[in-house]
Amino acid sequence: MSELSKLTIAEARDRLRKGDVTSREITQACLDQIEKADALNAFVHKTPEIALERAGAADARLKAGDAPDMCGIPLGIKDLFCTKGVDSQAASRILQGFKPEYESTITQKLIDAGSVMLGKLNMDEFAMGSSNETSVYGNAVNPWRRGNDPANLTPGGSSGGSASAVAADLCLAATGTDTGGSIRQPAAFVGITGLKPTYGRCSRWGVVAFASSLDQAGPMTKTVRDAAIMLGAMAGHDPLDSTSAALAVPDFEAALTGDIRGKKIGIPKEYRMDGMPDEIETLWQQGAEMMRDAGAEIVDISLPHTKYALPAYYVIAPAEASSNLARYDGVRFGHRAKLAQGDGITEMYEKTRAEGFGPEVQRRVMIGTYVLSAGFYDAYYNRARRVRALIKRDFDEVFAQGIDAILTPATPSAAFGLGEMADADPVQMYLNDVFTVTVNLAGLPGIAVPTGLDSQGLPLGLQLIGRPWEEGDLLNSAYALEKAAGFVSKPAKWW
Amino acid sequence: MSIDIKTAAHVAKLARIKVDPDALPALAQEFNDILGFIEQLNEVDVEGVEPMTSVTPMRLVRRQDVVTDGNQQAAVLANAPDAREGFFAVPKVVE
Repeated sequence: MSELSKLTIAEARDRLRKGDVTSREITQACLDQIEKADALNAFVHKTPEIALERAGAADARLKAGDAPDMCGIPLGIKDLFCTKGVDSQAASRILQGFKPEYESTITQKLIDAGSVMLGKLNMDEFAMGSSNETSVYGNAVNPWRRGNDPANLTPGGSSGGSASAVAADLCLAATGTDTGGSIRQPAAFVGITGLKPTYGRCSRWGVVAFASSLDQAGPMTKTVRDAAIMLGAMAGHDPLDSTSAALAVPDFEAALTGDIRGKKIGIPKEYRMDGMPDEIETLWQQGAEMMRDAGAEIVDISLPHTKYALPAYYVIAPAEASSNLARYDGVRFGHRAKLAQGDGITEMYEKTRAEGFGPEVQRRVMIGTYVLSAGFYDAYYNRARRVRALIKRDFDEVFAQGIDAILTPATPSAAFGLGEMADADPVQMYLNDVFTVTVNLAGLPGIAVPTGLDSQGLPLGLQLIGRPWEEGDLLNSAYALEKAAGFVSKPAKWW
Repeated sequence: MSIDIKTAAHVAKLARIKVDPDALPALAQEFNDILGFIEQLNEVDVEGVEPMTSVTPMRLVRRQDVVTDGNQQAAVLANAPDAREGFFAVPKVVE
């Protein structure tokens, strides 16, 4: 039975429709794997009763012949998504005990499509982090290890639980969210596919907000085809999110022809960073060769403002976070600090937020407060927004030259050890997002595809960046890369 | 721009986060590390560039100014740390 949790969405869909397996069987296989995988700390709120109930309903739909692609598919849901009646606390102490009275648009769409929620997944607190080490639940753990070294590695962040759960076959796929790389970096660290759609493709309604102009949810899956299928169920216009695009959702899976002959793939010279490991450089070159062999034209391009993306991000994202997280005041939901005799409302706010937010969240809220404060707004916030406009212009110009997709490394290294970055200053951790953050600033779709292993046996990924709203074309390029790379490695089971 | 302990305390106050006086020097140092990184932005020529307001060129959507939801007092209060008689309860605000 344990084999059933290893299925891809596409395989499960076809077998469910044929009737040679039921959703209850696949769901139970996943629940069994989850029960044995506490060492990974990926699932932090398990919902087996909901899962089996929805699996039963899915089986009835399948029997009746009313089965969308995602019908009966068991998924993990990142803790950032509000799920009705089920703990949704963004891995923060300040939302301890919060059980939403409503369902996020994306999880509702997944329910309507017949998919099955297995539980909520670990993440960095409020999605602020690149290693899942800022979570109130403790670290999520990467199922991969460096050979026989028993040291636990990070699954990346912020969608670390999602990455770990999919790579360890605890579920068929998972939802993630990506503000600066939080889908693509963890996907690369665990050898799975992670897609950040175009800003506005998926509704942000009911997803706990971090930086609203950058946040975008997307699928984390075992294959590119699965990402195409799952994105189709997550995407679509939502009147409840004013930045959600009123565009039809194309059939993304139908775009997967694998034919990229004549496509122009850009290689941006600014992504060749000082001190980048040789293995990453080699992987990148191999990826370009694979795409050339598949018939694409490889073109050297320039994105001159790349270097300024991370500093712009670390103004804009904290600024928006400081505004968004103002709502956590101990009044309407979540944690409220115990007050001393005579404490007033200001002490209630200050003590509640000091107890409820972890150190990284406090740091970012305060940086955001500073860059928005009187006297600094122009110097920091407005300057960062102008640089952001230039970063987007870089991409616009490259696409206007006829480039179809841009190939870059996904991360500057393979997964590192949990705790290894503990003594580094915060900026060192921020460098994890150096290849991914430009995509959020420009609102573009980006996908991480596993393409190789490093000398220690850890997965490495490449990133493809596409034109806005052309996820189908991007997925097809990723599909061609996936086929050429032929990455099939799985972590050796130790948990 | 260098952040001293007094400025760090002021920022913490604005953010409504209680920070122990002992922790302020380390906090000020972290702010300075991060702001030092951010100050690379001063190298960029942004003359004549408008600050980005929306990453996708779209007008903000409008709708009729009518009531679309409501009458959900119990649901609104369900997660409150302290709710009494149909209201959120907080410490005394006015003396």
